[in-house]
Amino acid sequence: MREVAIIGVGMTRFGEIWDMSLRDLVVEAGLGALTDAGTDTVDSIYVGSMSSGQFVGQEHLAPLMADHLGMVGVPATRVESACASGGLALRQAFMEVASGMSDLVLAAGVEKMNDGADVTAVLATASDQEEEVYYGVTFPGLYAMIARAHEQAHGTTEEDLSWVSVKAHRNGAKNPKAHFRREFGLEDIMSSSMVAEPLRLLHCSPVTDGAAAVLLCPLERAREFSGQPVKIVGSGLATGALSLASRPDPAFLDAVELSGARAYEMAGMGPEDVDVAEVHDCFAIAEICCVEALGFVERGKGKDAARDGITDLGGSTPVNLSGGLKSKGHPVGATGVAQAVTIVEQLRGGAGELQVEGARTGLAQNMGGSGASSVVHIFQGV
Amino acid sequence: MPGIVGYGAFIPRNRITSEEIARQWGKDPETIKRGLLLEEKSVPGLDEDTITISVAAGRAALARAGIDPLKVGALYIGSESHPYAVKPSGTVVLEALGLGPEIHVADFEFACKAGTEAMSVALAMVESGRADYAMGIGADTSQGAPNDALEFSASAGGAAYVFGETDLVAEVLETYSYTSDTPDFWRREGEFYPRHGGRFTGEPAYFQHVLSCTRAILDRSGYEPGDFKHAVLHMPNGKFPLSAGKKLGFTREQLETGWIVNTMGNTYSGSSPTGLAAILDIAEPDDLILITSFGSGAGSDAFILRATELLPERQARAPSVRSMLDGPRKYVTYGQYAKLREKIIVND
Repeated sequence: MREVAIIGVGMTRFGEIWDMSLRDLVVEAGLGALTDAGTDTVDSIYVGSMSSGQFVGQEHLAPLMADHLGMVGVPATRVESACASGGLALRQAFMEVASGMSDLVLAAGVEKMNDGADVTAVLATASDQEEEVYYGVTFPGLYAMIARAHEQAHGTTEEDLSWVSVKAHRNGAKNPKAHFRREFGLEDIMSSSMVAEPLRLLHCSPVTDGAAAVLLCPLERAREFSGQPVKIVGSGLATGALSLASRPDPAFLDAVELSGARAYEMAGMGPEDVDVAEVHDCFAIAEICCVEALGFVERGKGKDAARDGITDLGGSTPVNLSGGLKSKGHPVGATGVAQAVTIVEQLRGGAGELQVEGARTGLAQNMGGSGASSVVHIFQGV
Repeated sequence: MPGIVGYGAFIPRNRITSEEIARQWGKDPETIKRGLLLEEKSVPGLDEDTITISVAAGRAALARAGIDPLKVGALYIGSESHPYAVKPSGTVVLEALGLGPEIHVADFEFACKAGTEAMSVALAMVESGRADYAMGIGADTSQGAPNDALEFSASAGGAAYVFGETDLVAEVLETYSYTSDTPDFWRREGEFYPRHGGRFTGEPAYFQHVLSCTRAILDRSGYEPGDFKHAVLHMPNGKFPLSAGKKLGFTREQLETGWIVNTMGNTYSGSSPTGLAAILDIAEPDDLILITSFGSGAGSDAFILRATELLPERQARAPSVRSMLDGPRKYVTYGQYAKLREKIIVND
């Protein structure tokens, strides 16, 4: 396998972007990545999108994106793994470059969620239709059950969940591309509307439009395009039971642990080597579970991490300095690629107020559904 | 420019609380009250509709104007709940008010903006010299689908304005309209309840039009927000007008009098016109007043008014908006509400 580097990144602002369509979003992010790398050609394109068909009625996304990026004829592939679609697009692009099949590969992620679709119903298609959806449960309900299981196993309280949101919004307020650039105090979060006990509105990520893209090439060619390439040193993908009831422990995300272990193994590293991470905090409880499963804290200790500053700027493993899905926003198919963009910016030293001093190794973890698919990438500055 | 010679409003006595509606659907009333800033809303009685509300408001407007009804040369009624799909509301209203038959009449519809649209055209009829007096009314018995967020706001009421050249209670100093094709809320032919684009009704619709329209009329007139004693912006819920007002630079104090949505609800075409009536009820000579409406689809009309010396003596000639909001009320249960709003299917 060849070593692979990211040589360009691009990302739209995240939010309710009423004046941009699905294709506009991909084009802005894709051209951003190409411009960043100073090139106007690619050998192959991957685009991750969870459900463009149900959100805006557009399937057959890969040729559409190639066309609108001005690259008709270029091989293009759309990949889907629910909310992990973006991370999976990055992994496919990584594999294509690593295999030697292509040199310049664009990995994009996009979702246009605010266009009139019944978002809760569309998202619910990522859970188990026969074992979960038929009984009326939606994602806030599923993550609420994970939160209850975590509470029973480890005593995780509503206040513990709320500290995760306080941290997300404190950091997201400084991210110019974030959907909700606004800080919230503990009281604001704990008195926000109840969505599914114990999850309140401010424990849940918003419904967001956005796109992100990264351009990959073999490490040996990276300097042709970028003064600050970032290597992908590990990639891990894993699956778990789709239905929450079929998992050995609903308070633990096995697929996240397994995808992390695979990425750590490929990189020859462990959680202690990670200087900065972006994890999939679609709900506050998800960040708590993910930092445990990735080994940033011991199992059961995730509840204290945000409050004690372990996962904040200055802590042992800063997590979601972008604001995470909670504050930055969660255009589901774009999220995995947007996480990679954040980490690349950190490793280039260009994260401004949110910069982790001397960050050399970063990790991005992106998952689908209630954690039935998880993809982890580990990045290193060159 | 001509101005307002008489105004009047009407709000039915029936009320339903946000709590009662929330209870019916298993929603948390505190969340609704805090999120939408809605305490209760008016509900039309079995014999109340856009026509009866228009007549009641029109009578009050004529009483305040003190003019010969036969001199009213135009009557326009804006509503999205005209009782008939074909046959005007205006003809019944003109007979009941003793207007006509030498009168130009039309029913208007532009979602929640139809009331200010009627006012705008009435004003233009006087301005052009085609009528000595002209009446514009905004009135609705608004529809909101059961278990929709709109059910907490859609209410009943309206206001009427008589425009003329002399004996004004408020001069019209400036008008401005801002319109674009923005389909945020609609009800197709034959459908009973309106549909809406959720959060699309916010930034690209309400805020884009209300803010653009208000900024433009301020620009054209040369006035600053601080020059106004009162301002009223269309009130689809409690939060939107306060948030838009703040963005425009108005204080809560300037918005307070016209902000009647928390206990009236959204009377659609009657919303900002009734808010304006509440302002005129207490305004003093030379007070500068701004009104900006909003109708889905979408557009806004804005007017800048200045109260005259004549206003105070005309205020008491008809009931005030506050007397109808705070006076005798009858609270209905959700069951009674369902009956009154014809949500229960019965055999003929």
